[in-house]
Amino acid sequence: MSFNNLDQLYRTVIMDHYKKPRNKGSLEDGSVTIDMNNPTCGDRIHLTLQVTDGIVENAKFDGEGCSISMASASMMTQAVKGKPVDEALKLSTIFSDIMLGKEYDDSIDLGDIEALAGVAKFPARIKCATLAWKAMEKGVQNESHS
Amino acid sequence: MINNEIKSYFPILNQEVNGHPLVYLDSAATSQKPIQVIEAISNYYRFDNSNVHRGVHTLGNRATESYEGAREKVRNFISAKSTQEIIFMRGTTTAINTVAQSYGSANVQEGDEIVITYMEHHSNIIPWQQLAKQKGAVLKYVDLEEDGTLSLEKVRETITERTKIVSIMYVSNVLGTMNPIKEIAQIAHENGAIMVVDGAQAAPHLRIDVQDLDCDFLAFSGHKMCGPTGIGVLYGKKELLEQMEPVEFGGEMIDFVGLFDSTWKELPWKFEGGTPIIAGAVGLAAAIDFLEEIGLDEIEKHEHELASYAMDRMSTIKGLSIFGPKDPGERAGIVTFNLDDVHPHDVATVLDMNGIAVRAGHHCAQPLMKWLQVTATARASFYLYNSVDDIDRLVAGLNTAKEYFNDVF
Repeated sequence: MSFNNLDQLYRTVIMDHYKKPRNKGSLEDGSVTIDMNNPTCGDRIHLTLQVTDGIVENAKFDGEGCSISMASASMMTQAVKGKPVDEALKLSTIFSDIMLGKEYDDSIDLGDIEALAGVAKFPARIKCATLAWKAMEKGVQNESHS
Repeated sequence: MINNEIKSYFPILNQEVNGHPLVYLDSAATSQKPIQVIEAISNYYRFDNSNVHRGVHTLGNRATESYEGAREKVRNFISAKSTQEIIFMRGTTTAINTVAQSYGSANVQEGDEIVITYMEHHSNIIPWQQLAKQKGAVLKYVDLEEDGTLSLEKVRETITERTKIVSIMYVSNVLGTMNPIKEIAQIAHENGAIMVVDGAQAAPHLRIDVQDLDCDFLAFSGHKMCGPTGIGVLYGKKELLEQMEPVEFGGEMIDFVGLFDSTWKELPWKFEGGTPIIAGAVGLAAAIDFLEEIGLDEIEKHEHELASYAMDRMSTIKGLSIFGPKDPGERAGIVTFNLDDVHPHDVATVLDMNGIAVRAGHHCAQPLMKWLQVTATARASFYLYNSVDDIDRLVAGLNTAKEYFNDVF
């Protein structure tokens, strides 16, 4: 049986993040904690962010879910670590545009995140990929308002 | 006799999905519709559509006859005494909410108990949670046996003289367990409680006799039994329904309307406010005709055979675990499972790429998922149009998923 159609979704780099997640765990002195779940399927993320002077200094996640949701969480933490809050939010907007199949700002190096572009062709799985990003957005927005 | 001819009545099944012939194994979520049902609805709108119980004209009479004729079909289908006991509603959820908000509101007081089980669907949990909160009543759960069945001993321990309502599903949408409703109803009645049955997964698959079960209320949905979405049934014993107040008020359900007070029609119409779900009832009646022509006993037997074959074949897959009763004779055509190291969503996506539709997630039963200590599971559910070939395709698809996730990466 050919795996071609599956390979569009499950790229090697995604499976690498799924099997060896980066930034897994919880920050003890995390300044923001966000718990989010996807009520339709039970995926759940526990995200801790340390934001100092408008910079996302550190990010860790824990949770349960499918390969796409957990790989996306791993990639998200990797991407936003060390970035100013506005850049992290910009990345989130770009990610959302990619998922919706819209034109997106390609002047920014997206690194591993780009591997998730194939998810856009699997509408049922888009929510899996966006969960971690929504948690991050909520976290930094709470932080900038406090 | 159930054979491949049955499948040919379901036009939707004759298509390719992602380059493979469709195998539909998600009937516990909603069943597909035979051409007889599709045509009945279409013909109703082509030739008979009109509002019911009002016009003097011919179409009005035809629509009323079709709608009330559907009620008689449902009465016969569940062996109720009278059509006054058959109320058309949107579905199981609305029916259970009606019992909770009408019977429950009037009869449950502070400190009273409502008894359900850990295996219930959200539609048979939340209406009771809300009622318990409104009334300061206690919601109690009957614990399950290790294999996902109910023991009558535990049912007896949980139901007390303070229990006013016992509400339990006939067939589990996750475990496939068939619960001993008749015996539970007897225990409920011995304690002065009423018995509500969530029949959503039972009505499509086995013969229900409300008089034999001696249940007080039964709720089920048309769309899981080859009928359309948007129509369901609340059965209630006449003496209980007569005491109950309607939940929805407006046209159709009234007798006399004054400026400051009104009176209600008699049963069953006092519970059917607004223009009823006429085409839905027509479709449901056609679905009942279709199922009865084949025979509910035949359908149940076919599903046991499929469940048995599926459990045999699936247990050859290393790392695959099946939830619920081990004996296929004790379950309906529902097999919920997990595949080691492959998340149910990923299993479902791989199967979908092979043209096989299964459900993945919590199946609207979060308390049960917690009891099973899983966050999600995959579920294959079978109906009269499925065959052993479909199960062979499922098993091949599961082997693909396993191979893909364990070997490719």
